[in-house]
Amino acid sequence: MAGHVPMTYGETSVSRKTVKGGSPLIKWAAISAALGFLLLFLVLPLMAIFVQAFEKGLAAYAAAVSDKDALSAIKLTLIVAAISVPLNAFFGIAAAWAITKFHFRGKNLLMTIIDLPFAVSPVIAGLIFVLMFSSHGLFGDFLFRHDLKIIFALPGIVLATIFVTLPFTARELIPLMQSQGSAEEEASMTLGAGGFQTFWRITLPNIKWGLLYGIILCNARAIGEFGAVSVVSGHIRGMTNTMPLHIEILYNEYQFSAAFAVASLMSLLAIATLVIKSLLERAGKEQAGIKELKE
Amino acid sequence: MNKKGKGRAGRKGVLPGFGLSLGFTVFYLSVLVLLPLSTIFINTAGMGWEKFFKTIFDPRVVASYKLSFGSSLIAGGINTVFGILLAWVLVRYQFPGKKLIDGLVDLPFALPTAVAGIALTTLYVPDGWIGRFLGFKVAFTPLGVIIALTFIGLPFVVRMVQPVLQNLEPELEEASASLGAGRAQTFWRVIFPELLPAALGGFALAFARSLGEYGSVVFISGNMPMKTEITPLLIMTKLEQYDYAGATAIAAVMLVISFILLLVINLLQWWSNRRYLEN
Amino acid sequence: MEKIGKQARLLLAAAGVLVLMLAGCSAGEKSSSGEKKEAGEAKRTVQLLNVSYDPTRELYENYNKEFAAYWKDKTGQDVTIQQSHGGSGKQARAVIDGLQADIVTLALAYDIDEISKAGGLLSSDWQSKLKDNSTPYTSTIVFLVRKGNPKQIHDWDDLVKKGVSVVTPNPKTSGGARWNYLAAWAYADKKYNHDEGKTKDFMKKLYKNVEVLDSGARGSTTTFVERGIGDVLIAWENEAYLSLNELGKDKFEIVNPSLSILAEPPVAVVDKISEKKGTEKVAKAYLEYLYSAKGQEIAAENYYRPRNQEVFKKFKSQFPSIEMVTVDKDFGGWKKAQEDHFSDGGTFDQIYQPK
Repeated sequence: MAGHVPMTYGETSVSRKTVKGGSPLIKWAAISAALGFLLLFLVLPLMAIFVQAFEKGLAAYAAAVSDKDALSAIKLTLIVAAISVPLNAFFGIAAAWAITKFHFRGKNLLMTIIDLPFAVSPVIAGLIFVLMFSSHGLFGDFLFRHDLKIIFALPGIVLATIFVTLPFTARELIPLMQSQGSAEEEASMTLGAGGFQTFWRITLPNIKWGLLYGIILCNARAIGEFGAVSVVSGHIRGMTNTMPLHIEILYNEYQFSAAFAVASLMSLLAIATLVIKSLLERAGKEQAGIKELKE
Repeated sequence: MNKKGKGRAGRKGVLPGFGLSLGFTVFYLSVLVLLPLSTIFINTAGMGWEKFFKTIFDPRVVASYKLSFGSSLIAGGINTVFGILLAWVLVRYQFPGKKLIDGLVDLPFALPTAVAGIALTTLYVPDGWIGRFLGFKVAFTPLGVIIALTFIGLPFVVRMVQPVLQNLEPELEEASASLGAGRAQTFWRVIFPELLPAALGGFALAFARSLGEYGSVVFISGNMPMKTEITPLLIMTKLEQYDYAGATAIAAVMLVISFILLLVINLLQWWSNRRYLEN
Repeated sequence: MEKIGKQARLLLAAAGVLVLMLAGCSAGEKSSSGEKKEAGEAKRTVQLLNVSYDPTRELYENYNKEFAAYWKDKTGQDVTIQQSHGGSGKQARAVIDGLQADIVTLALAYDIDEISKAGGLLSSDWQSKLKDNSTPYTSTIVFLVRKGNPKQIHDWDDLVKKGVSVVTPNPKTSGGARWNYLAAWAYADKKYNHDEGKTKDFMKKLYKNVEVLDSGARGSTTTFVERGIGDVLIAWENEAYLSLNELGKDKFEIVNPSLSILAEPPVAVVDKISEKKGTEKVAKAYLEYLYSAKGQEIAAENYYRPRNQEVFKKFKSQFPSIEMVTVDKDFGGWKKAQEDHFSDGGTFDQIYQPK
C-alpha cells in the first residue's frame, strides 16, 4: 500500500536478460519520454527548492535554519516522529504476526481497516481528533475538568501523526512475512524454543530489512505531515509548529528564501530517506538471494 | 494458547502469540482509527437527514466533488500512462543513471506535501521557470490542481507495475513473436493484459490518495469557491466558519468513498495476485 | 477472536498505559504551569499566548519585545509572549476548540463575539472593557496596484471594469476580506442611492473580476505581490504599506479610494483561560499598554492608525484622510452585517458566481 510492492513471488531473475530490448529508436524515444516526465514533475521542483533557498546567499540560509523558531520546529518534529514511529512499528509487527501466521475470519476486513488511514484525507484525520478532544468534543468536558491538553498541544499532534502513518510498517511486513511462510518458526518451536525466542532469533532477522524499510517510509511521512497536523496544532510559534507548518508561516511572512531554506532541509531528509531506502532494498534482496542459494 | 487451539488456530497452531498479537492489533486500531473515525458518524447522525442532504448537495460542495474527482481521475490517468512507460523503461532498458532515476521515483512519498506545494507553485506561476513558457495559466486554475495531484500520485503505478513486468515470463513474448505477432501486437495482446490489474491497482491507489490530498494542492490551486476548491479544503473552510456539522457531513461522504475505493483496491490486488498465480 | 487470551489482556493493559502516557505528556506540561498559578505574581516568569490574525505578525513581534521590557521594569517579572497567527475566523475557532489563548487580537468584533457566544470564554460585554470599543488601533481598506498604475485604477468603479483582475481573500474565512466587501458595498450603496438591486449588481461584477480568492489576507497579498497575479489587491492599509516596504517601492503603488471603511480590529482578554492560568493581571496590562504612547507609536510604525491623536499627528503624512463609513453606523453592527452578508445564503452567497 505504501507503494512498494515487495517481491512476493520468489521467482529468480536469471532468465530476464533474454528478452530483447527492441529497436533502439523505440528504446530512446521511450526513455526520453519517461525522463522528460520525471524532469518536469520531480527534478525541477527539487531544483527550484534549492535555488530559492540559496537565493539570498549562505548567510541568510544559515540564519533561517538556525532561527529560534525553526530550531524548536525541528525539535518538535523529531519528538513527534520519535514517539509515533516506534509505536507504529510495534503495531506493524503485531499486526503482521497475527495476519500472516494464523487463520481467522475477518482477516480481509482487518487488512482493509489497516489501510483505511492511508485513504482518509489528512484534513479528516485532523478533524476526528478535534471532534474527540476539543472543548466541545466527545471528551471535552473531561479534559477541561482535569486540565489535560490534547489538541493544540503535543499529544494531539502525535495522535494525528500516528493515525496518518499507521499503515506503513504493517503494509511492508504483511506481504514479506506471507512470502516467507512459517516453516522456520514452526521448526524452531518443535525444537523447543520459546515463542519469544523464536521471534527474536528467527522472525526478526528474516524481516529486519523490510521492517527498517517500513520504518523509514513511516518516518518520512511522520516528519512531513501537513494537513492533519495543521488542523490540530494551533500554530503557536516555538511551541506547536512542526517543520512543515513553520515553512507555511515563513512563506506567509514574505520570507520566501527562509521558507525554502527550511524546505530544502526537509528535501535533504527526503533524499536521505530515498538513499537509505534503496540501500535497504538491496540488502533485502541480497538476504533473499543468499537464502535461496543455501537452499 | 492451548485452550483455544481447538478452533481456528487450526493448521498453524504451533506458533504462539495469536491472542496477543491480534488483541493488540484490534485494540490499537480501535483506539486510534475506528473510535476517532466513528466521531464523524456520531456527529453527522445528530444533524438529521434533511440538513445532511442539503449540506452535501449544496452547489459549492458538488462543485468541489467534481473538481476533486475530475482532477484525481485525470492525474491518475496521466500517472497510469507514464507509470507504465516508466516501469517499462526501468525494467527493460539499460541506460546511464538508471539506478538514480529508479530511486527518484519515490520522491513524492518522502517529500513533505507542503514543500511540494510551494515548489510546484514557484515553477508554475506565470513568471515561474515553467509558467513563463506556457501560453496559458496553470497555477491557480484546475490545471494546477492536476499538476499537484500528478506529483503526489506519481510513484504508485510505477511501483505496482514494475514487479509484474520483472516477473513476466520471457517465453510468453518469445512464443508470441515466433507465432508471427508484431511487436505492437505482442505488447497489446500479451503484455498489456498481464500489466492491467497491477496498473489499475496503482491507479486506484493514486486516485484514493489524490482525493484526500490537501497540503500540496492548497498552495497551487488559488482556492476559488466553485472553481478551484477541492473537497478537503472545503472541509477546512467549513471548520473555519464554525460549521462543524457541515464539515463532518462532507467528511462522512468522503469517508464512505474512501472505504469503497479501498475495497476496490483490495479486490484488484486479489485479482492481480490470482492472475499471477494462474500462470 | 471470541475471547482474548490472558496475554492479550496483559498487552491491552500495556497499550492502555501507553495511551495514558501520551496524555501524561500534556499533564506534565500542565503541572508546571499549574505551579506558576499557585506561586502567582511571585513567580519570576509568566507566559502569555496571544492568538491573532494574519497581518499583525510584525506589529506584535515588535510590541512583545517592548512590553516584555516594560513589564520587567515595572514588576521584575519576566514575561514571554507566544504568538499564533492565521485567518481571523480560523483563530477564533481554535480558541473555541480549546487553544489556550490568554489574549485574542482578531480582525473583527464578530469573531470575538463568537468566542463569547459559542465558547463562553469571555463575557458578552467584552467590548466595553477597554477604551475605543476595545480597538487600540484602526486601519482602513485601500488598493495596491502595480507601479505606474497601468490599468488606471483610482476608485471602486475601476475595479468592476472589464479586463481588470482583482485579488481579495474569501469573506467566508478571512476577516480582512469582510472589511473589503463591506467597503465596496458601502461605496455602491452610496453611488446607487441605497438601491440594493444595483448594489448587488455592482458587487457581482466586482467578484466576477476576482482572479484568486485566498482563504486569508496574507495569502492574497502573497498571490498578488510574489506570484504576480492580478492588477489590483484590495487590502488592509497596513498590509499594503508593509508589502510596499518589504518588497519594493519600485514595484507597487497604493491607491486610496474615495470611500472606504473604518476597520476596527479589536482586542480582548479571554477571561476564563487567563483566570485558569492565573495570568489575568499581566494579560490586562498587555492590552492596556497598547493604548500607551509607546504602544501607539509601535502600532503607527507598523502602519496601523493609532487612536492617540498626538501620536497620529506625528505619523500624519503616513495616513492620508479618506472618507470612511463604520460598521456600527452604516451596517448596524457586526452581528447584523454578518447575518446580512456573510452567513450561508447572505448577499455574498447570492452575488458570488464562478466564472
